[in-house]
Amino acid sequence: MRELITLRVNGERYEVAVLPHRTLLEVLREDLGLTGTKHGCELGECGACTVLLDGVPVLSCLTLPLEVQDCEITTIEGLEEQGRLHPLQETFAELGAAQCGYCTPGMLLSAVALLRQNPHPTREEIKQALSGNLCRCTGYTKIYEAIEAAAERLSVAHQGERRPDAALQP
Amino acid sequence: MDEWRRLQPRKAGPYKVVGKPLPKVDAYSTVTGRAIYADDIMLPRMLYGGLLRSPHPHARIISINTRKARELPGVLAVITGEDLPRKYGILPSSQDETALAVDKVRYVGDPVAAVAATDPDTLEQALRLIEVEYEVLPVLMGIEEALAHPDIKIHEETRNGNIHKAVSYEFGDIEAGFAAADYVREDWFYYEGNNHVPIEAHACLARWEPDPHDPIGGKLTLWSSTQTPHYVHREVSKVLGIPPSHLRVIAPHVGGGFGGKSDPFSHEICACELARRTGRPVKITCTREEVFLIHRGRHPVKMWIKTGVKRDGTITAMHFRSFLDGGAYGSYGVATTYYTGALQPVTYALPAYKFEGMRVFTNKPPCGPKRGHGTPQPRFAVEVHLDKIAADLGIDPIELRKRNLVRPYSRTINGLRITSCALEECLDQVVARSGWREFHAARLAREAEAVRQSSPVRHGMGLALSTYICGAGKPIYWNDMPHSAVQIRLDRGGGVTVYCGATDIGQGSTSVLAYIVAEELGVEPERIHLETADTTLTPVDLGSYSSRVTFMAGNAAIQAARRLKELLHSVAAERLRLPPDRLESGDGFIYCVDDPQVALSFEQAVQLAEARYGALVAAGSYAPPEDIHGDFKGAGVGPSPAYSYSACVALVGVDIETGEVKVEKLWLAHDVGQAINPLLVAGQVEGSAYMGYGEALMEQQIFRKGRHKIPSILDYKIPTTLDTPEIETILVGQPDDEGPFGGKEAGQGPLLPVIPAIANAVYNAVGIRIDEVPITPDKVLRALKAAHSEPGERPLPPPRVTPIVLNELWPARLIRWSPEHLEQRPDPTNGHHQHPRQGESAPHGAASTSSQLPQKGGTA
Amino acid sequence: MLRLPPFRYLAPRTLGEATRLLAEEGPQAMPVAGGTDLLPNMKRRQFTPAVLIGLRHLRELKGISGSPEMGMRIGAGETLTSISNHPLICAHYPALALAAAAVSTPQLRNAGTIGGNILLDTRCNYYNQTEFWRHSIGYCMKRDGSICLVAPGSPRCWAISSADTAPVLVALQARVRLVSVRGEREIPIQELFYDDGMRPYTREADEILQEIWLPPALGWRSTYLKLRRRGSFDFPILGVAVALRREPDGRIGDARIALGAVASHPVEAEEAMARLRGQQPTPALLQEVATLAAKRARPLDNADLTITYRKQLTPVYVRRALDLLLEAEQGSGAE
Ligand SMILES: Cc1cc2nc3c(=O)[nH]c(=O)nc-3n(C[C@H](O)[C@H](O)[C@H](O)COP(=O)(O)OP(=O)(O)OC[C@H]3O[C@@H](n4cnc5c(N)ncnc54)[C@H](O)[C@@H]3O)c2cc1C
Ligand code: SF4
Ligand code: FES
Ligand code: FES
Repeated sequence: MRELITLRVNGERYEVAVLPHRTLLEVLREDLGLTGTKHGCELGECGACTVLLDGVPVLSCLTLPLEVQDCEITTIEGLEEQGRLHPLQETFAELGAAQCGYCTPGMLLSAVALLRQNPHPTREEIKQALSGNLCRCTGYTKIYEAIEAAAERLSVAHQGERRPDAALQP
Repeated sequence: MDEWRRLQPRKAGPYKVVGKPLPKVDAYSTVTGRAIYADDIMLPRMLYGGLLRSPHPHARIISINTRKARELPGVLAVITGEDLPRKYGILPSSQDETALAVDKVRYVGDPVAAVAATDPDTLEQALRLIEVEYEVLPVLMGIEEALAHPDIKIHEETRNGNIHKAVSYEFGDIEAGFAAADYVREDWFYYEGNNHVPIEAHACLARWEPDPHDPIGGKLTLWSSTQTPHYVHREVSKVLGIPPSHLRVIAPHVGGGFGGKSDPFSHEICACELARRTGRPVKITCTREEVFLIHRGRHPVKMWIKTGVKRDGTITAMHFRSFLDGGAYGSYGVATTYYTGALQPVTYALPAYKFEGMRVFTNKPPCGPKRGHGTPQPRFAVEVHLDKIAADLGIDPIELRKRNLVRPYSRTINGLRITSCALEECLDQVVARSGWREFHAARLAREAEAVRQSSPVRHGMGLALSTYICGAGKPIYWNDMPHSAVQIRLDRGGGVTVYCGATDIGQGSTSVLAYIVAEELGVEPERIHLETADTTLTPVDLGSYSSRVTFMAGNAAIQAARRLKELLHSVAAERLRLPPDRLESGDGFIYCVDDPQVALSFEQAVQLAEARYGALVAAGSYAPPEDIHGDFKGAGVGPSPAYSYSACVALVGVDIETGEVKVEKLWLAHDVGQAINPLLVAGQVEGSAYMGYGEALMEQQIFRKGRHKIPSILDYKIPTTLDTPEIETILVGQPDDEGPFGGKEAGQGPLLPVIPAIANAVYNAVGIRIDEVPITPDKVLRALKAAHSEPGERPLPPPRVTPIVLNELWPARLIRWSPEHLEQRPDPTNGHHQHPRQGESAPHGAASTSSQLPQKGGTA
Repeated sequence: MLRLPPFRYLAPRTLGEATRLLAEEGPQAMPVAGGTDLLPNMKRRQFTPAVLIGLRHLRELKGISGSPEMGMRIGAGETLTSISNHPLICAHYPALALAAAAVSTPQLRNAGTIGGNILLDTRCNYYNQTEFWRHSIGYCMKRDGSICLVAPGSPRCWAISSADTAPVLVALQARVRLVSVRGEREIPIQELFYDDGMRPYTREADEILQEIWLPPALGWRSTYLKLRRRGSFDFPILGVAVALRREPDGRIGDARIALGAVASHPVEAEEAMARLRGQQPTPALLQEVATLAAKRARPLDNADLTITYRKQLTPVYVRRALDLLLEAEQGSGAE
């Protein structure tokens, strides 16, 4: 039987009737039309379905929507702020960090959470933070470079008093 | 050598767009989640489709009962083999698949029935309700087994047991070559198969639009995650019996392919048929396990190689045999078989070369093309084998290679035309950048230090070279038509729309088209709108395989753009009162080269041209030149209008107590000619190096009890961020004469040298040879224990590749051929190459304006 | 797309309500914490519970408190991330922090709990397969079948205990508290495990694991080494947890060695531990101890890499773990 639930996604409230056995991945994509969240295994083995729950990266393929009604959910669609891209989105695009782009939404969300916790990560810290996101195209190098460049931009922007990361302000 | 240079009016540099590290044209759609992939498409009233697959590796189907499934509420259609009996297959010579099994299943995962239902839960239930009765047959799970049991036939059609294809060639005089050698060595190698593992699993969505007035009954659209919409278009149309005019195949964004999305697939055909039957859109999304079962991945290949050399390392002859485990169906396997032999002489100049290859059927998921198609296996064998020869002779492995490098602008012993080639520069670059000489000189000191610190890790460096094609010289089905075509339409407002069948699977082919057209027309790439990979809207491009798109679609795009540019320049010349040859295009203007202030905006020029000539549409096309290969049967696999070259040095640390190999760094030099976009090229090199690293150390598609042992991406290992080595990319080389702006391929070639470089580095570190890929820690430890056992210990023997013993002669007729044959041909145009007739606006000789074809485009 | 089988979902607000629901619904119900083990298993139809009882919101399962002097309490619902980042755990129970940080991936550690990790289903590569695969091979006794496919003559299941924190908690001599409508019990963690791949835990179906108690850590050092192929994602194919206490004269006062992923339960290397006690560590002794410990490892062909390899690596990893602890000790002694 379907249950009526409320989800807060990217700052918007959605009322949806869901079957209890539908995962957050399925509801985001199939009920809310937020197809930016991808999937490559549905078993927790690839990281393509990564979303943020209250700013923390988790796998939407192993999350039950019924359990996260009190959380703020951020998907790739929520990183833009009034049409302005998140600095990570800019650098991913500019520096070739997305090839086929299929791992990219998950990578970006892991990276957003990383920079929020650790604005100046080392290469090693970046690798650790992305160790749950598989990419088959890039060999990861360009992804690290994009994150480092975004960290740089964010810190410059921060000095300029720009609020850099609104997608994550609860 | 000048006869090789096709002097062509290439646009003079410096370039405004080409060579710049611009973002991909789809970069912003992918980083924002806007890019639409096949599974992202949802249509009203869409049904969920799925396949019932065989649980047995080899069985006869006695009966199928679908009644219970059909009666389940929410099930709209159930189909089985008899509903789609037409055979198909990617190669015309291997039409051995049916969309759903007829009579027999040949591997665990072979599709048996398909269902369309209103929701995923009903679909799953329905698939469980289909009753299939099987008679289980004996199972053949490897090359040796398949050869040993010709009586157990996997395909009735094969003439000789389970041998799908066998070939045999002798180029030059092999006996004389070995007779002239001072030293001859033989080795066996084995390369385990592996899967592409694109992060996006295959998915497709089919829609039927009925039309009672149409004798066909309606039109079908298929969106699919495919690399080859054109071939899917052909095969689906054939199996469904719908004329191509009534079928439209669209590749939306594709989440990685690497060769795994190059065949027409059962799920695509079934989605179409289910859509036609139900009149509703049907989506089929494969699970990760199904991706492993669909497979078409790297063939497991056992190889034997024998090489004769002079004392100084000069190769006098090479004899190479490959045995391919093809799995249950043909797929691209015939081409793969040829590719295991064709490119050896393109890396090293071989004065005599014998190649024998065979592919056998087994009860495993079918193998096909994966990045490097059929060439990483022999590359691994040859490069490790040469390292062994260098060690045997006491020659530096670099010197040995240098003695034998192919030369630019030469013809190989098997008739392949080589043009630009910076192989030696690749080699020199990786050697210099990696500090190879210093590293090897410091060996003793380094080992002493490791012992002093009681560290279990020993370091080693290894090296390997390779080459790859820039597009297959021949299409998959025989025809005289272009391999790539591009259409460009100019809009009054100054907009430029480029139409091309090329399919971007992440490598950036769509972007490359935009850069090329922008450069040629002198506009910003952002102005260009691209329509790609849509069999209704876009002219044919054969697909994203064999690294062909930049080269072929790029040349076609240049041709189309030049045709338009000529029209624009003619009206601009008139308006500016200048001779057309004083004009150039750039930055959105057509200007006088002598005084750039004298200029006309692109928009103005377009409007003048449209007023003069009518609608502005032009087409360009490309087919590789004809004279690039020998004239023997089978010469069609291997030729390419150009070859890319790569060299790799690997630095590894081997833990002598655990056998674990850590690759610390890879240096990869790649001859890409002119990089159209260095950022994309570096990305391809890094991605290839990464994938080669995974194949070298961990990836393996293995079977147990007739089943894929580990069909998940937890158990099938692909490298994570914490495993992948640091990769240093070095781009070398000069623009190729025939490549678009001089560009060559980068998507596959750089993978090839990585695997043998790592194998050679392991040997350099700890003195053991693992002649089998992947080099897993258990194999390394076993070899170490065997090599260093204490007296009294009885370690297991080191891992060794068991030779294949053939009881009879090689099962293929030997074809003998030498390059002299080419010279003897009467055709006067065939000195070494033939200049195709130069169409007046053709960009250069290579873009053939094939005479059979009416010229498309131009002015309307 | 691989999907979950249908179930009802209940979200109790208190531990009491949770135990009551669990008792009422009976064996057809299962608790779910982070779901990172249970949900993949359900997608593969290894479990098809009719009811899931969510533990996510139970305050009683939260919190990390206490001190290294007095011992510490960890709520079973704490995530692996919060455990691996906890300053006191990092400083005084480093083996636990290391093991928690070595589990799977950041995303899974953000959701996965320590309770779920302790009660992770045992693993076997004939069993952690989809319904289609298991149907194809004819199922095994752990679910839907009657024989063991790894050891066909065997009357039991040899699925492997694969939780990273389990051997560590054994080595640290942790205790756990289980709660049900029938009452509560607190037991040494060893008593939670059975050597049986099919029924690896003594936890009754109506019991909820509430918390874990770590004994005082003063004087102890500990570490955890994990063998796996990749730097993340992979379950251990060998886990070595060692905890030691040294006497002021340098002799080893007490030592605990537990091995993970070598049997259906975490295995204590008693003989090896006894051999260490009261001894001055020498390279020869450590080698001997490592060999003794490795005798307890009896891998079967149901996990990654070969049996021989996993067997051969056990003494290497035990010795390396001991070396690490003793070296660290020496290092800190010199300060
Ligand atoms: C790709 C992948 C890789 C992984 N790698 C590792 C790894 O390397 N090492 C490792 O140890 N684990 C690994 N895991 C497993 C898992 O993520 C962790 O073990 C995690 O800690 C499980 O916790 P959970 O809260 O998600 O458990 P759940 O899935 O919620 O529960 C697991 C089991 O415990 C029961 N349970 C949970 N909490 C309680 C409780 N409080 N009381 C009673 N019963 C309870 C559940 O009913 C279920 O049977 C991996 C998982 C995946 C998908
Ligand atoms: S050990 Fe045997 S019974 Fe247990 S899960 Fe594996 S195959 Fe099944
Ligand atoms: S889809 Fe692969 S981890 Fe969720
Ligand atoms: S960009 Fe293709 S998977 Fe990462």
